[in-house]
Amino acid sequence: MAIWRTVPFIAAALVLAPVGVIVSAFFAPASDVWQHLLETTLPQLLINTFWLALGVVSGTALLGISLAWLTAVYDFTGRRFFSWALLLPMAMPAYVTAFVALGLFDFTGPVQTMLRAWLDSDLSWFPDIRGRAGVIVVMTLAFYPYVYLLARNAFLSQGKRSLEVAQSLGFNRKQGFFKVVLPMARPWIAGGVMLVLMETLADFGTVAVFNYNTFTTAIYKAWFSMFSLPAASQLASLLILIIFVVIVLEQQFRLRMRYAESKKTERAQRIRLTGWHNWLVAGFVLSVLFLAFLLPVLQLCQWAMRSFTQDYDVARYLEFLWHSLSLSGLAALLICLVVIAMVYAARRYPSPVTRYAVRIATIGYALPGTVLAIGVYVPLVWLDGRLSEWMMHWLQIETGQLIQGTLMIMLIAYLIRFMAVSHYPIDGAMQRITPNIDEAAMSFGLHGWAMIRKVHIPILKPGIFTAATLVFVDVMKEMPITLMTRPFGWDTLAVRIYEMTSEGQWEQAALPAVTLVLAGLIPIFLFMRQTEK
Amino acid sequence: MLKSNVSHFYFAVFFLFSSLTAPLAHAEEVVVYSARIEQLIKPMFDAFTKETGIKVKYTTDNEGALLARLEAEGKNTPADLLITSDVGNLWAAARASLLKPVQSNVLEANIPAHLRDPEQEWFGLSIRARTLIYNTKKVKPSELSTYEDLADPKWNKRLCLRTSKKVYNQSLVAMMIAEHGEAETEKIVKGWVANLATDPLSDDTRALEFVAAGKCDVTVVNTYYYGRLMKKDPNLPLAIFWPNQNDGGVHVNISGAGVTRHGRNTQAAIKLLEFLSSDKAQNLFADVNMEYPVNPKIAADSFVAAWGSFKQNPMNLVKAGELQTTAVKLMDRAGYQ
Repeated sequence: MAIWRTVPFIAAALVLAPVGVIVSAFFAPASDVWQHLLETTLPQLLINTFWLALGVVSGTALLGISLAWLTAVYDFTGRRFFSWALLLPMAMPAYVTAFVALGLFDFTGPVQTMLRAWLDSDLSWFPDIRGRAGVIVVMTLAFYPYVYLLARNAFLSQGKRSLEVAQSLGFNRKQGFFKVVLPMARPWIAGGVMLVLMETLADFGTVAVFNYNTFTTAIYKAWFSMFSLPAASQLASLLILIIFVVIVLEQQFRLRMRYAESKKTERAQRIRLTGWHNWLVAGFVLSVLFLAFLLPVLQLCQWAMRSFTQDYDVARYLEFLWHSLSLSGLAALLICLVVIAMVYAARRYPSPVTRYAVRIATIGYALPGTVLAIGVYVPLVWLDGRLSEWMMHWLQIETGQLIQGTLMIMLIAYLIRFMAVSHYPIDGAMQRITPNIDEAAMSFGLHGWAMIRKVHIPILKPGIFTAATLVFVDVMKEMPITLMTRPFGWDTLAVRIYEMTSEGQWEQAALPAVTLVLAGLIPIFLFMRQTEK
Repeated sequence: MLKSNVSHFYFAVFFLFSSLTAPLAHAEEVVVYSARIEQLIKPMFDAFTKETGIKVKYTTDNEGALLARLEAEGKNTPADLLITSDVGNLWAAARASLLKPVQSNVLEANIPAHLRDPEQEWFGLSIRARTLIYNTKKVKPSELSTYEDLADPKWNKRLCLRTSKKVYNQSLVAMMIAEHGEAETEKIVKGWVANLATDPLSDDTRALEFVAAGKCDVTVVNTYYYGRLMKKDPNLPLAIFWPNQNDGGVHVNISGAGVTRHGRNTQAAIKLLEFLSSDKAQNLFADVNMEYPVNPKIAADSFVAAWGSFKQNPMNLVKAGELQTTAVKLMDRAGYQ
């Protein structure tokens, strides 16, 4: 089974191809642009990016962990509903949340307009929502489900039990949470936080709505406004380097820990909250759900009603929907299969080189969308050109382009971008399968496929479902790769949203956005059915 | 789970193979890469197909991505025509040798010289006028005069602007540099920044809403954004002002197109380009988005014509491309975010 061994390297090579394209212009001179950046916007950009990353990472960690803990270990009014509803904001593209937030709370929005009328004041004290705090809040609300989902996964399977262990060791509940439960859940939480960090650094759409300048906006500006590929390449290389350092540090930190699965027991009893504790928790969870999902969706629905009559073409929307769903489904399947193979290989043949290959394979998620789309497109199209030349030369067949303009190029590009998203949950689950488990299985005479099927898959299942859900929803929201690589006529809901927003017609974008959110409910629903059983 | 995955898998395989064979180019067809969105191009393409029988295949994306895509595809590009919604990116496409010159008497006759490339590589198809919009409750039109005047301290805390990252503002400032030189323009832009009532906004519609809500008194936007807003709510206290009527004229940008260097259906692409500049298509092309036709013989839509006629800046738009990088740097220096 030596073929397993190569999977991490193939995956890493796939990701390195676009990275190579981006870095290739690194040594071309762009000193004039750098001089300019240093003298003008760069210092501010770095400060902006730093605070944004720090704010969103701490915000999502705080929110994601607390929500996961509350829904995994306690029982309170509406807990069953909340535990899956809290995933819903995942189906909202962050830039849509951003636009709705500004529409509601900025100077021209209904909130401030009403307050001005009531108080007869110019509201100069009202916080500037377009400032740094506003971006951080919106991104936190949009991205916390990554942490929530992964942390919940960890708490559900071990939280209550490790808490009991902690209590038997003489810790009280609070100490037990911080000293035992949280450290035990670390790989999952770290995975969620890494995804959030990557997504934050790569984001262009959300910060554009706020006109908040970050490192990524500088890359776009250098490339598309100043037409300086070298400067863009150098900036992007720096971003890749930063991400890689963070990834390596995280891995070093993780290596020092070992995790073992506790014995399979029935799910622990939840702690029932009563009285004002109950209402406080329910109120907190409800307000997060309200701000992150209900409010934006209500606003979108109102806008969608307005544009409904002009834009609604059932046949076309069914087509968008079908394209979105089938692409996301295919991508989720492909990506999860590749990542499972990769994680198995890394487990079966552990070595530093393999570990680095796996890490490299997850870096695609940290690259700004358009930059990665171009980086993926260039080598694939080049390969395609060589291939058709070769067919012509050796077989005298005029094939034209074989990959370009097909779904294959899209799926490869999605794979490169989203391996990280499926890696963290599946890898987290894989860490549960300890050598002891394998030995025990072998002592029962289970080997190879039988062991995988009977022992590993049940343990991996929650991780795989988490991964598939995340990838599915992420692919459905994805814009730059979809725009660049879609075959003619393969418009999706995300493409439709792009078409409307690119001309500033945000209200018109509400209809496809609402449809996208509804479609996002499908994988989330399936996911909950699998894990809540 | 396994069972359903298996059926998914068969489905996926079928799916991949059915879309595996990329279609070969057909004789009577033209392929368009467009940064102008589907809604704003499809009606014209349909009309073209109806008249000529030539099929139009198109895909949309933003300008930067389309340019990068054309460059990556090189000689193998399926695209025959590139459509953008601004001049800067057409200029960049020409500079990167992605377009080829087109000799056409029809295009020369239909499109004024300043709205097409002196090297004939790109052509304007509609005019996007970037003008001043003011709050009628707070500003008398007599107070307004020019873009440059908005730098005057009398507009302190009264100006709203869209971000300098939008190419429309980059083109505007580039054309100002062509007219006044860099030093003078930098002073003007610094004056604008000093007069801002709020941080630059992410799009033209927001800037208009801020003026209507009274956060600021005047802004600089493309007219069709104003048109869309007024169609939705005619009672908004907003009105149009045509600046620089006694000197350079109103700054205009274009939505335009160029024939790709390596396209296979060049003749069909030229035919489409000529069609889009013709009497039949010009109204459709401009009216669908409340823009102005480039062809001076064609009148604008009546709703748009009611805003009055104006003198436009006659300087060739090629300057907007040539000076775009300079303009971006200048705006960075001036602190225009």
